[in-house]
Amino acid sequence: MSVTKKFLYVNRKAPYGTIYALESLEVVLIGAAFEQDVSLAFLDDGVFQLTKGQDTKGIGVKNFSPTFRALGDYEVTKLYIEQESLDERGLTKDDLQEIVYEDEDDDWAEKPSIRVVNRAEMAAIMADQDVVLSF
Amino acid sequence: MKIGVVISEGPYTHQAADSAYNFVKSAIAKGHEVPRVFFYHDGVNVSTRLSVPPQDERNIQINWTTLAKEHDIDLVVCIAAAQRRGLLDENEAKRQGKDANNIADGFRISGLGQLIEMGIQTDRLVTFGD
Repeated sequence: MSVTKKFLYVNRKAPYGTIYALESLEVVLIGAAFEQDVSLAFLDDGVFQLTKGQDTKGIGVKNFSPTFRALGDYEVTKLYIEQESLDERGLTKDDLQEIVYEDEDDDWAEKPSIRVVNRAEMAAIMADQDVVLSF
Repeated sequence: MKIGVVISEGPYTHQAADSAYNFVKSAIAKGHEVPRVFFYHDGVNVSTRLSVPPQDERNIQINWTTLAKEHDIDLVVCIAAAQRRGLLDENEAKRQGKDANNIADGFRISGLGQLIEMGIQTDRLVTFGD
């Protein structure tokens, strides 16, 4: 398909408790095959989706957080997370798992996929998109 | 304008499927095209033909089936979300060894690729959710 659009997947909900986060990730993985310009946004409780050390044994659901680390292989390399949402929840960048991709334009150097942006920057990123899917 | 619609909450509990229905009717009346509606998350539950709401209430599934027939709208139900929630067409029921199917006339089960494709092919994507 020759048309390339900017797709943004907005993740606002905690990873567990509802199915939105998991079913959002399923769209991202399928959508990767369409070779669009894909970004992910994490804000509100959605920032918990990227935290490290998730352990779901006690609630009997699958821990899907390792899948985020595979996104680089699908050429999904822009994961924007909102600073204010982290602050409001007492989280810092150190609480997030490390997610990297290999930059083919820079001799396959490993680079971080997670980019912390402030609320105004997040608004600008959203305004720049063709398609916004909110979860 | 070509408009794609996503419904991401279930019928009766949430207004999303009703609001989307009214939106699509109005958009078409104003001369816009709505080639496809994609049902995701609990929105897939709209597609069961086995719901029997009280007779003095609207029937959301029948509303959609009727509207789709009138205006040739492609009603697509996400297969992954549908299977989790017990919505199967005849083929899927057979494939999964289940003894029944429940997808209503006018709906078809397909993959998430249909959602992405709709995003690419339409001018606007409008989501009705929580």
